[in-house]
Amino acid sequence: MWIFLATEIMFFGGLFTGYTVYRNLYTTAFETGSHLLNARIGALNTAILIASSLTMALAVHSAQTGKRAKLIFFIISTMCLGAAFLLIKFFFEWTHDYAEGFVPGLHFTYAGPHASHVALFMCFYFIMTGVHALHMVAGEGVLTVLLIMAWRGRFNQERYNAIEMMGLYWHFVDIVWIFLFPLLYLLGARF
Amino acid sequence: MSEHIAPLKIYFFVFVALMVLTLLTWRISYIDLGQWNTVVALLIAVCKASLVAAFFMHLRWSASVMRLVLFAAIFWLSILISLTIGDIFSRHVLPQPQSWHAAAAITNPSATAQGR
Amino acid sequence: MSSQEIAIEPKLNYLNCDYSIKSWLLTTDHKRIAWLYMMAITFFFTVGGIAATLMRLNLLEPQGLLVEPETYNKLFSIHGIIMVFFFLVPSIPAVMGNFLLPMMLGARDVAFPKLNLLSWYIFMTGGSLVLYTVIAGGVDTGWTFYTPLSTLYLNTHVMAAAGGVFIAGFSSILTGLNFVVTIHKMRAPGLTWFRLPLFVWAMYAASIIFIIGTPVIAISLFLIVVERIFHVGIFDPSLGGDPILFQHLFWFYSHPAVYVMILPSMGVISELITAFSRKRIFGYHFVAFSSVAIAAIGFLVWGHHMFISGQSVYAGLVFSALSMAVAIPSAVKVFNWTATLYKGSISYEAPMLYALGFIGLFTIGGLTGLYLATTGLDQHVHDTYFVIAHFHYIMVGGAVMGYLGGIHYWWPKMTGRLYPDGWARVAAIIVFVGFNLTFFPQFILGYLGMPRRYAVYPPEFHTLNVISTAGASILGLGYVIPLIYLAWSLRYGPIAGPNPWKATGLEWTTSSPPPTHNFEETPIVTEEPYRYDRLAEEIHVA
Repeated sequence: MWIFLATEIMFFGGLFTGYTVYRNLYTTAFETGSHLLNARIGALNTAILIASSLTMALAVHSAQTGKRAKLIFFIISTMCLGAAFLLIKFFFEWTHDYAEGFVPGLHFTYAGPHASHVALFMCFYFIMTGVHALHMVAGEGVLTVLLIMAWRGRFNQERYNAIEMMGLYWHFVDIVWIFLFPLLYLLGARF
Repeated sequence: MSEHIAPLKIYFFVFVALMVLTLLTWRISYIDLGQWNTVVALLIAVCKASLVAAFFMHLRWSASVMRLVLFAAIFWLSILISLTIGDIFSRHVLPQPQSWHAAAAITNPSATAQGR
Repeated sequence: MSSQEIAIEPKLNYLNCDYSIKSWLLTTDHKRIAWLYMMAITFFFTVGGIAATLMRLNLLEPQGLLVEPETYNKLFSIHGIIMVFFFLVPSIPAVMGNFLLPMMLGARDVAFPKLNLLSWYIFMTGGSLVLYTVIAGGVDTGWTFYTPLSTLYLNTHVMAAAGGVFIAGFSSILTGLNFVVTIHKMRAPGLTWFRLPLFVWAMYAASIIFIIGTPVIAISLFLIVVERIFHVGIFDPSLGGDPILFQHLFWFYSHPAVYVMILPSMGVISELITAFSRKRIFGYHFVAFSSVAIAAIGFLVWGHHMFISGQSVYAGLVFSALSMAVAIPSAVKVFNWTATLYKGSISYEAPMLYALGFIGLFTIGGLTGLYLATTGLDQHVHDTYFVIAHFHYIMVGGAVMGYLGGIHYWWPKMTGRLYPDGWARVAAIIVFVGFNLTFFPQFILGYLGMPRRYAVYPPEFHTLNVISTAGASILGLGYVIPLIYLAWSLRYGPIAGPNPWKATGLEWTTSSPPPTHNFEETPIVTEEPYRYDRLAEEIHVA
């Protein structure tokens, strides 16, 4: 699983490379774009995701100690927190961004200075958070499968490898967000 | 795949630390540090990521080959980013001739005077 | 069974244990998966080869004999995409790596057999998408998908082609992952790292490249698709985008990809040279470390594809210097193989002919790579036939020769049958002659200035192009002949014993073909590889 995560690091890394290039070329436009995002919601989402990482770690711990009920509880909590993250992202942030005209390609009406570079920032915002969200949706799918398996009593103190692997994946997705949050939401001081 | 079962306290401590760091990074963005804003934000992000990797992902108790895999990936990614950035930043350091005439004028003034 | 007994085919092996289609399509036996891959890539090689044939026929006349320029663009694009991603990259790793790796390690299978099968299905899905692209009208970006041509200016099936390659990339990643874990975790007792056959070292290095490099091309193709669907300007200069960013992302994978194509072939050559000169490899540690060094340094040189694209001259300097560095471990290998041949007891069976051809042709290809790495010369020959000749010397003269040599060498193990070596030697020589006739004139053409990817050319290049096309027809013949006699040998070839070449290596200790689980008991390894200095009877273990 660590090897697979290495490939994911490189995959997201390509996006981070592009982001870094344009961030350095168009610093002011990127800061402007960042201010258009809602850092408060971003921080809230960060907290939610970190909490889901905690519940995931506790789920692994429950599996290691053979506590089936707790395992199920923590898997469900992780799924709920992940779903909350996704809901906030899609139904609060993205719909708001669309209404405001910040979505390049679909509905972009921002008319300030360096509009095309701000559009570039928004591109990266949507692509990076979108790919991240895709990974979370995939994660929710696998968690569902694991939930069903846990319900059927398939895991115990000796057999919990799948839970641990899923934990690694989930934490990785959290780490990606830990980097996305400051780079997308917190550029340039806001006061 | 670690056999080590971490005590629950550690998870809670790490969780609290992560929350504090998140709050910190968010509030610091409201203070103007100029260029250092980004540096500080990234440093905090690296701290948070390390905490997640070491404790939630059990790297602290895993065989060293897992750490090697992680550092290898980070190393190669940093090569991709640094050499690409190196290209972007060094593009306009030398004066670029605007045209063949301009270049010829620099190297051979008398020839261009004859209208070649 | 000693070498004196008559070779008999074992009763139950991995081929005859179950003949049903379902047992093949749902197999988790690495040996059968290797066959699945072999059938697939042979098919793709044929499609790519047909594209090449049409291209070379078109180039018989300066005005273009056969096709319109738009069609020609599609031909070279499809030739490149299929040959690179669906033949060369999977060829030795997926076919020979899958078949041999567990056997060379003394294991029953790879670490994740079901993942292995999934890899093949993912590969076929990606390949089907690319075939759809061909049928639906083709793509004409070139296999390099450069922006902004691919994102803004074309109406061909860019997304389908990019999608097919994207999907196939996951197949490589999973294969690489499988191999790394297998090599780390499933070696037989006593098989330390420095007792591994060099083929395994080569596969390990190639797997590292699969894991680190492939995701980056995945993201670059993904960004192309996003840009095409949403009309955003990530690589569009008028919107502030940078087309060269795409090239950075693309070549960060695609340069190491070429090392993925050549490293396994080098691993095969190490096996062939030692077996057919009956000698230990000269400088085992050097060859092993140079495989890893090529993989590592190979990630640092991608900018040498972009010297005239608009990247900064300083970046160009850095990449040029690093490209010189990557030649060093390759040269180390060539020296070591040559030193292995010295005072060896050399025999010239077909695999050896391919190996010897490899050494010569790879050297030429590698040296011309150094010419291309010098920025000054590259200004002149970039995007000309010089580049094409260079990489075909490495890819065809190197990788494909290694593939064919390996297929011939391990054919008795895989099928239990011997092929007719006389015909095989003839075919090898035809391939060698045809290859040189095809591609050597292209060095000259490139140097004289003929650009690549052009359907027409000035009349002064006519003669050389005709020679090249003539050579291509000979080369094609050389590829068809093995298809015939290898297929023939399946039915009529003499039965091979476990070790017809009297070679060292754990794979030769099993029967031919091996049983499904490879080894009756886990072997225990007590000595270095390539112990040809022992007497023949001692190393031939039944």
